[in-house]
Amino acid sequence: MLLISKVETFYGNIQALRGVDVKVNSGEIVTLIGSNGAGKSTLLMTISGVNKASTGEILFDDQRIENLLPHEIVNLGISQVPEGRRIFSRLSVEDNLRLGASAYEKGKNFDTDAKDVYDLFPVLKDRLNQRGGTLSGGEQQMLAIGRAMMARPKMLLLDEPSLGIAPKLVNQIFVAIKNINKEKKVTIFLVEQNAKKALELADRGYVLVNGNVTLEGTGQDLLKNKDIQAAYLEGGGKK
Amino acid sequence: MRKNFLYSSIKDSLFTGLIALALFGPIVGLRTVAKNEVLVVSPKWFIVLVIVIVCALGRFLTNLYIYNRDQKFGIQSTIGKSITNFLDTKGTQIALSAIIFSVIFPFLPFTDRYLMDIAIMMLTYIMLGWGLNIVIGLAGLLDLGYVAFYAVGAYSYALFAIHFGWSFWICLPIAGIFAAMFGVLLGFPVLRLRGDYLAIVTLAFGEMIRILLLNWYQLTKGPDGLTGIPRPSFFGLPFKSFPDEGEQTFHTFFGLEYSPMQRIIFLYYLILVLALITNLFTIKIRRLPIGRAWEALREDEIACKSLGVNPRNTKLTAFAIGAMFGGFAGSFFATRQAFISPESFTFIESAIIVAIVVLGGMGSQTGVVLATVFLIGLIEVFRDFESYRMIAFGGAMVLIMIFRPRGILATRKPTITLQKKEATK
Repeated sequence: MLLISKVETFYGNIQALRGVDVKVNSGEIVTLIGSNGAGKSTLLMTISGVNKASTGEILFDDQRIENLLPHEIVNLGISQVPEGRRIFSRLSVEDNLRLGASAYEKGKNFDTDAKDVYDLFPVLKDRLNQRGGTLSGGEQQMLAIGRAMMARPKMLLLDEPSLGIAPKLVNQIFVAIKNINKEKKVTIFLVEQNAKKALELADRGYVLVNGNVTLEGTGQDLLKNKDIQAAYLEGGGKK
Repeated sequence: MRKNFLYSSIKDSLFTGLIALALFGPIVGLRTVAKNEVLVVSPKWFIVLVIVIVCALGRFLTNLYIYNRDQKFGIQSTIGKSITNFLDTKGTQIALSAIIFSVIFPFLPFTDRYLMDIAIMMLTYIMLGWGLNIVIGLAGLLDLGYVAFYAVGAYSYALFAIHFGWSFWICLPIAGIFAAMFGVLLGFPVLRLRGDYLAIVTLAFGEMIRILLLNWYQLTKGPDGLTGIPRPSFFGLPFKSFPDEGEQTFHTFFGLEYSPMQRIIFLYYLILVLALITNLFTIKIRRLPIGRAWEALREDEIACKSLGVNPRNTKLTAFAIGAMFGGFAGSFFATRQAFISPESFTFIESAIIVAIVVLGGMGSQTGVVLATVFLIGLIEVFRDFESYRMIAFGGAMVLIMIFRPRGILATRKPTITLQKKEATK
């Protein structure tokens, strides 16, 4: 479904991605783990077209998308939940959702799509008229995911959905991600620092180090991998 | 605790006095006077002393009653709080009574020519403020050259009306379209700019338009200005005291005595309607996808991109629509004055409009009205004391910034309000 080959991305003179190859099949949950500054968010922003790849190809449903504009990519069916949620804090929850829907047929199906989001995250329905900024971190993350789902994506890119959120809510969000994948048949590409949770959830995973993919495998294989255990699981927290 | 707080307040105000001394000492204190064909410095230390004491004392009092109170007890200044409360709970009633008042205003017993002129001027600024509020308040693009669109509207109206003799109602939309086109023209090069960089470019744009008007003599008559701009007629009925043979005028048609006030009253209602259209348009568009996209763009551009909002089109429409209303106001200005020259479109006009929007509380429609009445009214009150006008203007700004640091109406309501609230209470 998504095929990334030899993608390089620069910020000015600094190279963030050094020839990344990633493949995501339809219906999968694929995760990308790596430490700070490895280039995880850059890769997602490059897929979304916010950052431009200087070389390499990105194919989505056999169509090249690396030179399209961000809104064209969203219209093709790739939505992103950006890092740090980036909800519109001074707009109401409903307005946030409506903005998410603006990509899909200009929000004509708002009511039905919004109902799906409320089923996923019932708390949002109670807070429709509240300003986005008054929600708790976890609720904001739910809103950000709900907002991205309003565009009826075929593929959802999630950037660190567990960042800065209470552990209890993290579980809830990961359950929701699984639901989106299984019930809504949305392919998931998940970037996480919480490697254990992400690998447990994912069908397959990639490890990104300094802008290079160093390892790939099924979620279970990577969980058992000695190097990964040392770098990202047990040792990761203590270093 | 309390002692410490007093001590720090005194220290702070003494420091303020020192700054005032450094500033006003050379500016006010040292004055050069020509004596026997030689320039001599004649110091005015007494005035400097007064200014320094006023500054230090003012700082001390604000420290005591406003700033430190906020820090120590976490409460807003009481005046500000009660204003906000009042406006929040009675907002609709205030707006409605303001509209009713402005409708009957021309027929009130105390209303004379002078008050009407001020009212028309205020309404023009309110309309400009509402127009600019689309760009600054909703889309979050700081535009310091808004007067350019006002000028484009005025000149395109004047040129079409003079050269082709078209009526006001034909020239008005044309002027609006021209201004909107200039809005897009400004929008394109500044698409990637934000914040202060955007402000500088828009500032330059405003000056460019003014200088262009000043130097393109063949078209605009440069500094001489355009004269003889046709006055608007009441749907084809002109306002004239002595009609030509067989011509119907406003007063003959309605069987009234001729009075010059008739035209003024008509102009008043014209700008009132134009301003209310601007307001209504803004209120409506905030609930449409494009208005929502403007507000989202103000909040977070990257999130907008990742949601499929096209930032280019969104910004350009904000510039274009904001400019269009500036152009409408410009046409009105041209037809009211019957004479325009580049002098009416200097940077200070842009600055006043931006001040109205910012002091009103960005994005607040009622705030624009309050700020206009406050600022323009104050300038008018001080008209007789010509040299103190700018001091009054500056003082008003300082006061608003002290009491309402985020604008007169800082707390914006969400666009969609809660309906369940009343049922549960």
